[in-house]
Amino acid sequence: MPGSPSNADNGSQPAAEPEKLRDTPLLAVHERLGANLTGFAGWRMPLRYGSETAEHVAVRQAAGLFDLSHMGEIVVTGPDAAAALDYALTGLLSSVAPGRARYTMMCAADGGVLDDLVVYRTGDQEYLVVANAANTPTVLAELRRRAAEFKAQVTDATEQYALIAVQGPAAAGILGPLTDVPLDELKYYAGHDGTVAGRRALVARTGYTGEDGFELFTAAADAEAVWAALTEAGASAGLVPAGLAARDTLRLEAGMPLYGNELGPDVTPYDAGLGRVVKFEKPGGFVGGAALAERAGARPQRVLAGLTMNSRRVPRHGYPVLAGGEPVGTVTSGAPSPTLGKPIAMVYLQPDVTGELAVDIRGRAEPAELTDLPFYRRSRA
Amino acid sequence: MSVPAELRYTAEHEWISVEGSTATVGITDFAAKALGDVVYVSLPAEGAAVTAEEPCGEVESTKSVSDLFSPVDGEVLETNGDLEDDPGLVNSDPYGAGWMFKVQLPGDGGDALPGLLSPAEYEDLTKDSD
Repeated sequence: MPGSPSNADNGSQPAAEPEKLRDTPLLAVHERLGANLTGFAGWRMPLRYGSETAEHVAVRQAAGLFDLSHMGEIVVTGPDAAAALDYALTGLLSSVAPGRARYTMMCAADGGVLDDLVVYRTGDQEYLVVANAANTPTVLAELRRRAAEFKAQVTDATEQYALIAVQGPAAAGILGPLTDVPLDELKYYAGHDGTVAGRRALVARTGYTGEDGFELFTAAADAEAVWAALTEAGASAGLVPAGLAARDTLRLEAGMPLYGNELGPDVTPYDAGLGRVVKFEKPGGFVGGAALAERAGARPQRVLAGLTMNSRRVPRHGYPVLAGGEPVGTVTSGAPSPTLGKPIAMVYLQPDVTGELAVDIRGRAEPAELTDLPFYRRSRA
Repeated sequence: MSVPAELRYTAEHEWISVEGSTATVGITDFAAKALGDVVYVSLPAEGAAVTAEEPCGEVESTKSVSDLFSPVDGEVLETNGDLEDDPGLVNSDPYGAGWMFKVQLPGDGGDALPGLLSPAEYEDLTKDSD
């Protein structure tokens, strides 16, 4: 019956099946928790621990604990680290103050997206580049190539780091007593070195859920201790472990793109509505700059949009979007939305589509309504 | 994972229970766990003819959609209307409140239903695909 797990709209790259999956430092913890483990971008990761819907709701209402150790950590250091990243990436990383972070992208020379990244400036001459697991080899190789003419060193630190996220309205209350980093002074997209449960960690106020929350970069050997301390501290606040299934529906509700779904080598940042990550005011230019400059002023070839469904059948990655029965776009991500109580989807549409929209769900046109992104925005106290 | 001894199974992860000439059909605990949270079940219409090993509905979960197969030939007598409001019953009670449809078997019913698996055979199958 569950004949087609390949239908999973999880944005994972086709798993390199014969290769052995890599294990996170928290594998034993996940096994003790009875997690349903899945191959994701070459790693064995928790898909869910129990009900992914319950995990999703817990993150919206209380807090969730995620193992994100599959994400790639690449350290760039040296007197030219800032200039090298300005050249290698779309953003102006030299303008990021130490202790702050930025969402940015790496593009190919033709402007296509090779990965979307969060880059933390951890020192005057030091950055931490966090890449999607499936793209880490590409990002590492490209950073090395692009930094070759600069006084900068590029090091893969993925094996050394565990990455644990605590996300949700209760996250600050749970983490606060365990860390020496003053969280009320830690801004969104800021990160500070400190301790969590006595272990060294980079404590960052970042995430991929649409909630307030933190990402904790620790030594792999400290991961179990940090996870255990958060689990204990969060129990009374409703914190639960949450897997990749909940992470995907949380980011989808929050309108955040997923590489492999909304982003890819045939997509420019402008297509995805993320032209703001492209900064042209760099003295030395950057890889992809010429192609992106052409696209910046041009009429978009497609637009990223949101759809909500009235039927309960779920649009999935790759399904055609129809207007007047004619194909006008494609679903990039779709899922039942726990918060909205109906299926939602992100789609690429031809510009200026008008009329009644529908999604071709396995041969039947199901009516859809165009909706502004994001589908969900948290209320800020 | 639970595999009740009194039921018969299919390689497509349905269970079937036969009383007289009426068969009740659902999906197994193994299937429900593999799918994750079931959010919608599309069932055949009452009165519709179903054919063994052919799709007669679909099961949507958070991450995927799967065809629902009929384990037997017959006519649909009844479908589980409770799944309309609470498809999660498939996860919480796959062999009970999560049943999906009942079939009137042709002739006298359940004496000779070909191709069904015993509980032991089904458990072997799920071990292989685990």
